[in-house]
Parts: sequence; structure tokens; C-alpha cells
Amino acid sequence: MTHTATPVLSIRNLTIDLPKGGDRPHAVSNLSLDIHEKEILCIVGESGSGKSITSFAAMGLLPKILKPSAGEILFEGRDVLKLSEAEHADLRGSRMGMIFQEPMSALNPCYTVGNQIEEVFEAHAQMSKAERRARTLALLKEVRLPDPERLYHAYPHQLSGGQRQRIVIAIALAMEPRLLIADEPTTALDVTTQAQILDMFKALKESRKAGILFVTHDFDVVAELADRVLVMQKGLVVEQGTAEQVLNNPSHPYTRMLIDAVPKRHGVKGNPDMSTPIALRVAGIEKTYSTARTMFKPARKVHAVKPTDFTVLEGQTLGIVGESGSGKTTLVRCLMGLVEPDEGSVWIGSSRLETTTAAGRRDFRKHIQIVFQDPYGALNPRRKIGDLLIEGAVNFGVPRSQAMEKARALLKIVRLEEDALDRYPAQFSGGQRQRISIARALMVEPKILIADEAVSALDVSVQKDVLKLLDDIRKAVGLTVIFITHDLRVAAEISDHILVMSKGEVVEYGTVDDVFGNPQHSYTRQLLAAMPGRGWEAPDMAAPGPADAAR
Amino acid sequence: MLKFVLTKIGMAALVALTVSFISFILLFMAGDPAIAIAGEGASGEVIAAIRSQYGFDRPLLVQYVDWLMRALSGDFGMSYYFKAPVSGMIAERLPVTMTIGFLGMSFALLLAIPMGVLAAAFPNTLIDRLALGIAVVGQAIPSFWFGLILIVVFSVNLGWVPASGTRQWTGYVLPMIVLGYYATPAIMRLTRAGMLEVLSADYIRTARAKGIKPRRVLFKHALRNAIIPVVSLAAVQLGFMFGGSVVVETIFALHGAGYLAWESISRNDLPTMQALILIFAMFYIAFTFLADVLNAWLDPRLRTV
Amino acid sequence: MSNTSLTISPGLPAASPAPSRVLARKALRHRGFMVGFLILLFVGLTALFAPLIAPYDPYKQDLLARLAPPVFLGGDWKHLLGTDALGRDYLSRLIYGARVSLLIGFTAALISAVIGTTLGVLGGYFGGKVDAVVMFIVSVRLALPATLVALAVVALFGGSLTVVVSVLGLLLWDRFAVVLRSATMQVRQMDYIAAAEVLGASLPRILFKDVLPNVMNQLIVIVTLEMAHAIILEAALSFLGLGVQPPTPSWGLMISEGKEMLLFESWLITIPGIALFILVFSINMLGDGIRDVTAPEGRN
Repeated sequence: MTHTATPVLSIRNLTIDLPKGGDRPHAVSNLSLDIHEKEILCIVGESGSGKSITSFAAMGLLPKILKPSAGEILFEGRDVLKLSEAEHADLRGSRMGMIFQEPMSALNPCYTVGNQIEEVFEAHAQMSKAERRARTLALLKEVRLPDPERLYHAYPHQLSGGQRQRIVIAIALAMEPRLLIADEPTTALDVTTQAQILDMFKALKESRKAGILFVTHDFDVVAELADRVLVMQKGLVVEQGTAEQVLNNPSHPYTRMLIDAVPKRHGVKGNPDMSTPIALRVAGIEKTYSTARTMFKPARKVHAVKPTDFTVLEGQTLGIVGESGSGKTTLVRCLMGLVEPDEGSVWIGSSRLETTTAAGRRDFRKHIQIVFQDPYGALNPRRKIGDLLIEGAVNFGVPRSQAMEKARALLKIVRLEEDALDRYPAQFSGGQRQRISIARALMVEPKILIADEAVSALDVSVQKDVLKLLDDIRKAVGLTVIFITHDLRVAAEISDHILVMSKGEVVEYGTVDDVFGNPQHSYTRQLLAAMPGRGWEAPDMAAPGPADAAR
Repeated sequence: MLKFVLTKIGMAALVALTVSFISFILLFMAGDPAIAIAGEGASGEVIAAIRSQYGFDRPLLVQYVDWLMRALSGDFGMSYYFKAPVSGMIAERLPVTMTIGFLGMSFALLLAIPMGVLAAAFPNTLIDRLALGIAVVGQAIPSFWFGLILIVVFSVNLGWVPASGTRQWTGYVLPMIVLGYYATPAIMRLTRAGMLEVLSADYIRTARAKGIKPRRVLFKHALRNAIIPVVSLAAVQLGFMFGGSVVVETIFALHGAGYLAWESISRNDLPTMQALILIFAMFYIAFTFLADVLNAWLDPRLRTV
Repeated sequence: MSNTSLTISPGLPAASPAPSRVLARKALRHRGFMVGFLILLFVGLTALFAPLIAPYDPYKQDLLARLAPPVFLGGDWKHLLGTDALGRDYLSRLIYGARVSLLIGFTAALISAVIGTTLGVLGGYFGGKVDAVVMFIVSVRLALPATLVALAVVALFGGSLTVVVSVLGLLLWDRFAVVLRSATMQVRQMDYIAAAEVLGASLPRILFKDVLPNVMNQLIVIVTLEMAHAIILEAALSFLGLGVQPPTPSWGLMISEGKEMLLFESWLITIPGIALFILVFSINMLGDGIRDVTAPEGRN
């Protein structure tokens, strides 16, 4: 791709200092990039790579403790680092717009949608009230929101995450900016909503004369959108090039590692062995919530899980896939006895689990254990790792010293040092904490392990480690695993069978290759179609890359 | 919105009813009111006569319902000590208490909110330190002592304002400062903390990304969100000010309802005590109800029950 | 991915020291905390060793030496802070008064901590109907005018130390309930509570090992706040003549007795007032310090 015109944004040798005492002196060092009109540049990296900080610097929205110390950020020929706050504010919202990661909190809860969009026109243009309103309604239509007239008067809390993100996009587009910066704008969204937003970006690239800087951690999103790609690691640019080059022929080892960690979109385990006995059978589990009756409103029933049946074979992994609101979380809570199902039963082998009495629930917890999503919330910060690990065993009557021995052994299995026993959770990274959670669940020697979005909060490289560990343990101790996820790719990577849930119902069940290759239900097809980067298959990193070949 | 208001009113009424019961029982259990009326050393017959005359020999619950029904129609009975209708005395005294209460709250809000906002907008600057200093001193200074010191300095030594009474409007100045300063620290700190939290919220970043000028970000986007808990707190504080007016009114010899409370308490005047506790509780309930309604207007998310 | 898009990496977690060491280091470096702690320690030791320190018996009247001025107002060294209207040594009364203030403040805060924490934790943990009942009780308590009720109860039952402490303890628990309720609600949603449940922990075990330790910071902060509150309220009650009764040396009572001589001997109210101010100030500083020191990273 050649550009004769001057770039919209040109960053030259930018260095941003971190406050003293961090793990490195610079958040970003010596970064240079160009973005041209009608071009999408993706910055990819794991958390802490400095990718977001770069985008915030261009917008002049850096927190005060982060100071650019060298280089320049040229926007339309002017160095924005030299602008006063007021001058920069004039550019923001009119010449450059930004879209953020968390749509749920990105809008002011106290004002209507219309008010918050019109504010941009008030700040940057001389317009009559009627004109502002007309432009706002047109924008709402452009970001494909239904019923703009009604939305105009709506408050943010009445809208879904996807709708809110469209409004943030509308705000960013209002003044036809030359530069659009998007910081992980789809990370917090469901995959079908993500697909719609990504489509919108592709359309914007054509319809608007803007350069787009798109920050993401997801190589599939990169494959979907990018014209050019820039890979960052710990504040440094490690690789920069066209999408085609970086995705299919990465030269830097870090890029190759990241791409290698991207889950593949097909079964990797081959066809499952159907001859093993059934480990877990769920028969007709059903759960409805009733909204509380108030003085004025009768109670209303919401079907969180409609009657559900499925089985998991011993030693295998079942992936349960669903978007938010699909009922997968309620299903897990029913399986764990954290909520009482209205109907149905759970069988382990040939014995039915008693969930109605406390003693019964206690009993079956020896058989089913769980690893939660958030590595920061799943471990009590006030207790030492040793104390946390032996909790289950001690509750089930194992003497303390014996439990401690076992905890030591398990730490080895999850590849942590023994001195972890005397430390607190705060002293471990997210991936390490997830391994501690796995060890804790294994302490009571369960037959079945539920992993509830257990890797969703982790960086891809760490994600890969934890998935591999989980699979190794499954093989080693003959564990049966139920893996709950919103991410079809992750499910494909680890599962023997996949079960797709939508609106409290199981809509699809089959082997990984069946579900991916020959989906039966329209929802599954929709879900598969929504996966970003379908045109791209991560190359096999076992083959030597050009850099290695040259060596 | 109507539904919201009705639910809140129902809740407030239930709280008020419970408070009335407690204030009735609490004081009734404390001693024999017949002895209190008759005075120490009265003969058994006199006490028995008083007992049946006032209806103290009826079951407690009957007496409560009777008292409550009368109270609802504005009749709190006769004061044992002053030998006058309680309602009339209270009606006569309340305006003074309300005046210093509202003056004090205005003083507190006018001092605390601007200082809190400035302290949050410019953290760790001189203005932030000053605000913190005012708050820390205000929290530690006992109001009755502060009042006495003000009298010594401004009335006795400087002679600027009268030390007591409300014959001149200047008599309200010192009570206003004492009551206002009592409420200032909490309001100021909550304003500052709320503003700091809101200023780091995602929607403030969105507003800045829109190119909105800092002043407008501060006042339109941040203040409206940060003020919501402050409204609730101010209502609670105003309720406390009314209930706590007994201290200030005693120091400055203001003949308000608080002073009446002190007189009735030190004279074992049960009907007056009961009525005052109930009335101060009603003020508190009314203030917090109004705060809820105001907050629902400020924040649409609070409009659902 | 982290939930905030702008993470400033906080150093490698694996190398960080144990939380208790971090806390101690932060506390030693926090000026407010240290000032509050040292003053409170000083007042506490003075109160504890009052009989050894006080130069006179605080109850002993000496009618010949009435209203002697303190040294800095031209008095002699026999009575460092002068004497009151009954000729009692003011310094001795001040020292013994610290006992009354600390005893009442601490005990009342403890009683209300137990009541408020129980209500708050139960409401926050169980939610639903339990929570509605707790909130109702809190609303009723807040609606009752505390000062008036305390005055009335003391007037009716007499002003012994026990009555004053009990009344304050039974009236000042509202903040414990409110704060611990919301703190518990947050903790309740954490996965480690669900994990403990799943690992077979009993309800009391979860409450004591997982909930309470995680709301302890807030609890300690409120204990300091309410201790200060109780001390001021006791002084106010005693000042109004409906708290601790004479001749017990209470600072509030001393101010009340000095009020008669407001125009001529203003030091009689200045001295106990400043003592009260310094004590309450130090407790508040300590509380603020604890809050800062125990605040999670990155928040101030």
C-alpha cells in the first residue's frame, strides 16, 4: 500500500515515562507510527504493553502521572504534545474522536442520550437547536440504532451494552473527525454484537475520510479489520507491517508466540471415544426466577434455564458455549448447588445428587468442583495460599497436616513453588492465581471440574498455558471437565463435545467438528458467522519463520 | 415516578409509626407518671386518683393508641410541669429551632460544597489542604465548647453580637456558625471524595474526549453525579441538627424547641418529651424523604423502586 | 484482559512483600496516622497511670485555694493548671477526666460495634427480607433524635457511668450497620465466597473467615469515628448536666462548671475544651490514617 498524501496522524519517536517504582522506566518507548486517511491501523499487544497508553496520548487524555518525555505526535501537521489543554480540547470531539472499552460506564447516567450527543455540537459548532437535534437523529440512524426518536430521550441505563457502544461511536463521529481512535471497543461485548460493531468500522473506513487507530488484544479482530498492524510488547514496537505480512508471516518471536497462542477454530483432539461410561448426567434441570412482587406489580417469571438434558463422558471435556444471558451461568450455579433448580436432577455415575438438603449439597461437592472466571476475586485476599488450599479438605474431615502435604503436592502439579503456601494472593499474577484456584478445586479430589470462563480474564499467552495445564491434569488424573465459555475458539481448543446455549435453552450439541463444520441450529450458524477473522487461519508456527530461516 | 413517591411515603409512614411507639414506650417504662405529676411524697390516694384520672390504669397498648390518635389530630396532651397544652408550646418554640436549623444548613452547604469541589478539582494544592484543615478541626471540636468560645471572643471581648437571645437578628449569627460548622466536615469530605471518584469515571473521560471544556466537565458531568450522596447526607444532618438543637439552644439561651426539650427532660415532663421526640423524628423522616425525591430527579436510575 | 483499559503495571506481583509488612511500612510513613497514634498513646498512658501522675487527689477540695490561675496566667507552680471553684487541682481533674472519656468512648464504641456489625453483616450477606428488616431498624434508629433520647434516658435512670455508656452504645451503632452492610454486600458477590461455599464451609465459618476479615478495615475505621463521637456526646451530656454526675471529673462537666465563670475565668473552659479537642482530633487522625493505609492500591 502506498500513500502519497501526508498521514492523518504521525507519531515520531514517542517516549512516555512511567512513575518511579514501576517494573520498567517507560510505558512506551521510541514509538513511531503513521495513519493515513481511509486506513485502519491495529495496535496489538497483551495487557501492560503500552498500546492503550499510546492511543490516550494522541487524544491528550493521559492520566497526569504519565508524562510524554520525548518525540512528537503530529496531527494534521501540528504536534499535539505542544498544545495547551484548551487547544487540545478543541481538537477532541471535532477533529479526533475516541471510542472506549467499557460501554456500560462510558455514558453519563444522569443525562439523556440526545443531550450527550448534542453536547458535541454545542461545544464545536454554531447550530440552532433544531439543527442539532436533526443531526443527532441522523447520527443515531447512521450507527444503526432502532427508533432514534425514542432513543433520543432514553437514559443510558435503559440500553444494552451494544447500544451504548453505538452511541459512543455516534458521539465520536458527530463532527466528522479525521482521526478515530478505538481502544478495545468490542472486548466487553458479546460476539454477535462485536461482529456488528466491527462491520460498522469497516463501513466507516469507506464512508468517512478518517484514519482509524484500533487497539486490541485479539488477532482475529486484527485479521477482520486491519490494513496495517503494529505489535507492542512492554512499551516497545516489536513488529510493524501490513496485515498480510504480520498475520501470515510474522518475523518477531514475540509475534509468533502470540499468534501461536491464538486458539484454532477446529477440533484438535480428534473424534472423542464414545465407549467410556457417563460421568455426569443432567436430566431436566430447570430454573425460573421470579421478580419480586411489589405493591403495584405482580410477580413475573423469567426462565433462566429451560428444561435441559445432557451427559458428559468420563475423562472428557464438554464445552458449554453461550453469550451473556444465555443461562450458562445459572446452569453452573445449579450444578454447583449454589442455587436450587426448580426441576430436574443431576446424576454422577449412577447416583443422584441430593440438592435439597445442606448435608446432601455438602456431599456432592466432594464430586464436583469449580474454577471461577476472575482470578482476582476467587481467592480471599486475607488468607494465605496454604490456608486457602486446605479449606475444602479440612471441611471434609481431612486432618490439617495431611491436607497440607497434599497442598504441597498439588502446587507442584500446577507448577508453582512450594513457598507459595505462606504467601497471600496479592503476591501472584493472574495466571498464577488461576493455577492456585485449580489446585484448590483438586484438593477434594472431585470427579468433575467445572471451569467457568476460567481463562477469559487472562492474556492469550497465559490463557494457552492454563488451558494446557487443565488438559494435562485431566489426562493425568482422569478428570471430567465442563468448560463454560463465551468464546467458541477456546471451546474448540479444549473440548471433545460442544453444547451451545441460547436464551436458557440448549440449541446445539455435538463433537467440535460437527458443531463447527455442520451446525444444525440457526443460532449456532449466526454465532459462527459472527466470529471475527474467519478468512484467516493462524499459520503453523512450528514451521520456521523468515527471521529464523535467515539466521 | 408516582409509584416511586408512593412507596417512599409508605416506608416513611411505617418508620414514623415505629418511632412513635418507641418514644411512647421508652418514656412510659421509665417511671410512674402519676408520681411525676403528683410530685414526690404525695399520698397513695392522690396518686391513685391521678392514675385513674389520666387513664394510666388502662392497658399500655390502649393508652398508646389513644395517645397516637390524639397526637395525629395535633393534641399531645397537657404538660405536667408547665400546665399548658404541649402542642401550643411546641408551635410557639419551633420557629426558632427551624430558623437556626435552616440557617446552619445553608452555612454548611455554602462552605462545604464549593470547598469540596475545589479540593477535588485541585488535589494536594493549598485549597485542598485548607479544606482538609477545616474538616479535621470541625470534626474534633465539640459544638457546645465551640459555642462558648465564640461567645467569649465575639460577644464578651469584641461585643459584635449578643451572647444570647433572638431579640436582634444578630443573635442568630453565632448559633448558625456553631450548627453549620458541625455539619460542614462530613459534607465537605463526602463532596470531595465523591468528586474524586466521579472525576475518574469512564463517562468523564468520554466527556473530555468530546472536547468539552474542563469547567463544564466539572460542573455539568461530575457535580451532578457527585452531589447525589451529598443530598442524602445533608438531609440526615439537617435532621440531626434539629434533634441536636438542644445543645446550641441551651448555650445561646434561645427559646426554641430544643431548649424546651431540655427543660422538659430536666423536669420529668413526659408528654412534652414524647411529643418533641416524635416531632424531631418526623422532621428527620420528612427531610430524608425529600432528599430521596430530589435524588430521583437528579439520577434517573433511582426512579425505579 | 484487564477491565480498565489503562493499566499502569504495578511491578511484578510475585516479588512483592507480604501484605502485613507493606501495611506496617505504609503506616510508619503516614504522618496523620503517626500523629494520631502517638497522641492517643500519650493520653492513654496518662489515663492508665493517672494515680501515679496526678499531683493531687482530683476530689480533694481546698477552699482556701479556690480559682487559682494556671501558671501561664500568673499562677504559681503549686497548681500547674490552677484550681476550680472548689479549689480542686485542675491538672489532676484533667488527668482523671481522660480516664472517663477514654473509658466511655471505648466501651460505647465496642457495644455499638457489636450491634451494628451484627445487623450490617447479616443484612448485607443475606439480602432480601433480612436486609429489608435491617434497613428498617436502621431507619427507625436514625429517625430517633439521639441526643434527646440519651438525655431523656439519663434523666430518667440517673447519670451513672454505666447508664451513660449503655445509652451511648445502644444509640451509636447506625454507622456500623450502614457501612458494614454495603461492605458485606460487596464481599458477598466475590467469587471467593462462592468458592468457600462450594468447598463445604459452614455459614459461621464463611462469615468469620471470609466476610469479617475482608470488612475489618472499614470496621476499625468506624470504631475510631464512633469512639470520637461517643466522647463528644458524653461531654455534651455532662455539659448539659444530664451525663456523668459530679463530682466525677469529666471534661464535659468541667466545662459546664466553668461556664458560670465564663466572663472572668475563661481558662476554666479553655483547658478541658482543648483537651477534648486534642483527644478527638487524635482519634480521628488515627482513623483517617487507617483508612488511607489499608485502602486498596491506586485509590486515595
